[in-house]
Amino acid sequence: MNARGNLIALGTIVRREVARILRIWMQTLLPSAITMTLYFVIFGNMIGRRIGDIVPGIGYIDYIVPGLIMMAVITNSYGNISSSFFGAKFGRHVEEMLISPMPSWVILGGYVAGAVLRGLIVAVIVLLISLFFTRIHLYHPWVTLSTVLLTAIVFSLAGFVNAVYAKKFDDIALVPTFVLTPLTYLGGVFYSVSALGSPWREISYANPILYMVNAFRWGLLGISDINLGLAYVVMLGFAIALTITAITMLRRGTGLRS
Amino acid sequence: MSFIDDAPALMASTPALEVSNLSKTYATGVQALKGISLSVQPGDFFALLGPNGAGKSTLIGILSSLVNATGGEARVFGVSVHAQRSAAMAMIGLVPQELNINQFEVPLEICINQAGFYGIPRSIAVERAEKYLKQLALWDKAHTMARMLSGGMKRRLMIARSMMNEPKLLILDEPTAGVDIEIRRSMWKFVREINEAGTTVILTTHYLEEAEQLCRNIAIIDHGRIIENTSMKNLLSKLDVETFVLDLVDSCDRVPDVPGVRMVRVDAHTIEAEMSREHDLNSLFLALSDSGITVRSMRNKSNRLEELFVRLVETGKVAA
Repeated sequence: MNARGNLIALGTIVRREVARILRIWMQTLLPSAITMTLYFVIFGNMIGRRIGDIVPGIGYIDYIVPGLIMMAVITNSYGNISSSFFGAKFGRHVEEMLISPMPSWVILGGYVAGAVLRGLIVAVIVLLISLFFTRIHLYHPWVTLSTVLLTAIVFSLAGFVNAVYAKKFDDIALVPTFVLTPLTYLGGVFYSVSALGSPWREISYANPILYMVNAFRWGLLGISDINLGLAYVVMLGFAIALTITAITMLRRGTGLRS
Repeated sequence: MSFIDDAPALMASTPALEVSNLSKTYATGVQALKGISLSVQPGDFFALLGPNGAGKSTLIGILSSLVNATGGEARVFGVSVHAQRSAAMAMIGLVPQELNINQFEVPLEICINQAGFYGIPRSIAVERAEKYLKQLALWDKAHTMARMLSGGMKRRLMIARSMMNEPKLLILDEPTAGVDIEIRRSMWKFVREINEAGTTVILTTHYLEEAEQLCRNIAIIDHGRIIENTSMKNLLSKLDVETFVLDLVDSCDRVPDVPGVRMVRVDAHTIEAEMSREHDLNSLFLALSDSGITVRSMRNKSNRLEELFVRLVETGKVAA
């Protein structure tokens, strides 16, 4: 296998994914901007004012900014890859890639890179919107960047696995509705788990999104309910496990080859 | 530089395709291929024929790595499709039976992306896309969304796309299905030129006239088995009986008895004459003339290959 050929193939998938994101920007970029603006207005501004500071110097609107950015990253990276790859399967043009000499990791890498890019673009959009409502001080830039990247990678991979298994469009809508949304809302986006009583606090620790939101919050605000090291272990663990799953599925041709 | 660099040096004596004892049983239990073997020489124009459900698409699926074989082996220019998938795929171009283009992309983008998947640099991809889209009379549609193209244009686009890696083995799975005769002929011309330039072509089609005109060698597959594998010339020479349709100048009430010819009156102005290829036509016309019958024109009832094909498949059914 030749490294330059792989790089060209990888670049082709990424370019195609980015072109798709920009072509249908009203479906890919705009909805998160509108939804998050509403969250900032309603939860941050109107309700947040009554709640006051969560910790001294950090108001409720500041507290929810990291969670809302992560919520947008999770939804968009997952949604991008699941709809794009399943769409390619449904329209059969996934065969263009399957009959090519591209190794499995290039196909996976290209789609994940596309989904991560959409997650990052949306993260920047939400961050810019938040600046209309509050001031953001970046406490730990590398933690912020690595957390948002790892989260986008984890949910891109999860979306890919979902798309490979999916046989109809309903199958790619089920997970975001019945799994991702509840886990995100219960992942400490709007509240601190330390405020929860037992057993809800302990149950919350089983939710991987809690670790991602808190690591990101630590990067942006310098506060977290979770040990940072443990958060990285969880994120890296999921990323590795999902990569192995996705590559194995591609190599076996699960859901793709007869 | 592309993936093809990794392929072993190709020797002229190595078959373009060698299939040995290839079998496929689907999860449903359907045995689509029952241990078939065949060989296609470099530069050949090879017809793979068979009725619907015979196993042609499964074989093509295995060759293009979309279907996993249950047993046996397939080699493209000596490279195993299973063990060295990447190197084998770099040498294959596929035009599938079903439309599989992204309907929301434009032809130029579709072709350039396809080249990218084969590791071909963008500058070369752009040149090739222009070359093949022009050759297939699609250049004026290069920036039109694929879903806006007609059925014939989509078929030609799939051929242009399959040429982006300039394959050594081009597999065409019913490329002209549902295409009008004018476009079909332009597609034949293109593929014939590609073959003359050195590309080995494997064609499956239900238009037997197409196979007869284009292909030098042929395999007929039925119920997952190869029931005939020979040269087109050899196969056609096996046709021992031909049926002619005779259009008459005047109406006739009864057909004359001609030794060695089975005559059937179709209607007042049409007679069908089935006769051995050994039998000469002069005696037939003499007998008709003696009976006061004048023939206006004559044609074969069906394409010669079609007659053989039907006969072979029917024999296969009886044997099965």
